[in-house]
Amino acid sequence: MKAFRYHRPADVAEAVALLDAEPAAAYLAGGTNLVDLMKLGVQRPELLVDVTGLPLDTVEVLPGGGLRIGATVRNSDLAADPVIRREHPLLSRALLAGASGQLRNLATTAGNLLQRTRCVYFQDTGKACNKREPGTGCAARHGQNRDLAILGWSELCVATHPSDLAVALVALDAVVEAHDPGGAREIPVAELHRTPGEHPERETSLPRGALITAVRVPPLPFARRCTYLKARDRASFAFAVGSVAAALDLDGDTVRDVRLAYGAVAHRPWRAYRAEEALRGRPFTAELAAQAADAELAAARPLPHNGFKVPLIRNLTVRALTTLAGTAPR
Amino acid sequence: MRESAKPTEDGWSSTVTLTVNGTGHNLTLDNRTTLLDALRERLALTGSKKGCDHGQCGSCTVLLDGRRVKSCLILAVTLDGRTVVTVEGLADPTGLSPLQAAFVAHDAFQCGYCTPGQLCSARGMLDEVARGWPSAVTGDLTAPVELTDAEVRERMSGNLCRCAAYPNIVAAIRDAAAAR
Ligand SMILES: Cc1cc2nc3c(=O)[nH]c(=O)nc-3n(C[C@H](O)[C@H](O)[C@H](O)COP(=O)(O)OP(=O)(O)OC[C@H]3O[C@@H](n4cnc5c(N)ncnc54)[C@H](O)[C@@H]3O)c2cc1C
Ligand code: SF4
Ligand code: FES
Ligand code: FES
Repeated sequence: MKAFRYHRPADVAEAVALLDAEPAAAYLAGGTNLVDLMKLGVQRPELLVDVTGLPLDTVEVLPGGGLRIGATVRNSDLAADPVIRREHPLLSRALLAGASGQLRNLATTAGNLLQRTRCVYFQDTGKACNKREPGTGCAARHGQNRDLAILGWSELCVATHPSDLAVALVALDAVVEAHDPGGAREIPVAELHRTPGEHPERETSLPRGALITAVRVPPLPFARRCTYLKARDRASFAFAVGSVAAALDLDGDTVRDVRLAYGAVAHRPWRAYRAEEALRGRPFTAELAAQAADAELAAARPLPHNGFKVPLIRNLTVRALTTLAGTAPR
Repeated sequence: MRESAKPTEDGWSSTVTLTVNGTGHNLTLDNRTTLLDALRERLALTGSKKGCDHGQCGSCTVLLDGRRVKSCLILAVTLDGRTVVTVEGLADPTGLSPLQAAFVAHDAFQCGYCTPGQLCSARGMLDEVARGWPSAVTGDLTAPVELTDAEVRERMSGNLCRCAAYPNIVAAIRDAAAAR
């Protein structure tokens, strides 16, 4: 691991100024991803700015009924928060489906959103990787790519974003609040992560040095009727091979509204807008759910080893929606 | 704000005050030192094990201010003023804690390598249950938790056991929970 200096800023302004002044600085939150990648030599910061002492660790109920979740709230505290459990159970479900009890006690809201891909070539400094070292090539494109993307990838990078929480936040129209040297800004979580395109090394639309201070979740009463389905290689403590976050609002048989997002299929959490469009205003059936998934997955371009992800996501979509609708899956 | 570790003159090391198993320590450490390495290499507390060093096995689990965490992914420099309990600090003053005794009674280990992490994790997990925290297999997120086998397995999934003593670990933890 490369040597680094360590600082605990007194406030948000000092944290942002420190990152601005030092090109090789990084924010440190729970450290469960960053420290891991520093051990592997994948990330080599020279200054760590520890944000866990900043007063960003509360979950606030906003006047209009929405929520503001502080950037440093631990994943376990968020999942167990009584308001989250009651009003936004999708967040609890997604969080509890990820990592382990010990890791969730450390991991934070912002750290979870900004965790790096689990692409094994990215984690191995002996392999070519355009994300880690732009211009070196992508070892995964023609390597072992079973776990990687089916949607939105480019020839330069086929990695996926591994967060479960991010999938739920994208489904719930959440917004990130951030500070950078230019001031405060807001970005919908759906626009936070980029597709790789020509620049897989640019993972988010945040300016360099931006500090996430909170994530805002707007009120969505029907979000109580939700589910998070995660397919993985063992029953617990494994990253998703594919996941579906869903919330459904039925008026009789008719789909009044719906939220649908997919995880582990792209470089960003994938909001399934096309599928949602195909569902809204129509009488709900399992067939309609399958057609909606097909509409979304028409754009899928599976890699040599992950063709199974297309039917996997289709089936998870049908199971999630039929369960929520209370109709039997086919 | 919490205390902050005091950097050495060159900035690459820091002096940290830590309470471990009730004893205060003042350590000057390279900033790269993990809590696990500080415990094992500087304090000679070798109960916590280094199975993977990447957060994947749970054998390094300790309690940090009462909460279970993986000590291999925590930098010691971040912990100034904090309190750590390791497996060496789990016993009661008079002997084994009920949880430890239940592991012995149920033969909840074979080689024992994962056991310190299993014990610290179980201690932290039972406190989480007492606080009413749900898990991925909890049906109703707002109802009180009932600690079934499935709940124990899910909540302990961050602790691997290569000897596969899992059934006995589950039984030991359920016993200890019932005795609480
Ligand atoms: C064995 C293992 C299994 C896991 N399984 C899962 C899983 O199944 N599902 C899942 O979703 N996750 C899983 N994780 C990942 C885990 O959820 C993340 O490591 C964690 O959420 C990261 O949060 P952190 O606070 O520890 O971030 P850190 O490691 O501290 O930081 C991560 C990144 O975010 C940046 N950052 C942190 N805070 C801020 C901020 N406020 N503003 C700007 N930048 C910031 C850091 O600079 C760094 O680049 C697993 C991890 C491990 C080790
Ligand atoms: S898929 Fe992306 S992260 Fe993985 S090796 Fe290729 S460029 Fe690197
Ligand atoms: S050594 Fe820490 S989890 Fe394996
Ligand atoms: S007892 Fe041998 S690893 Fe668990």
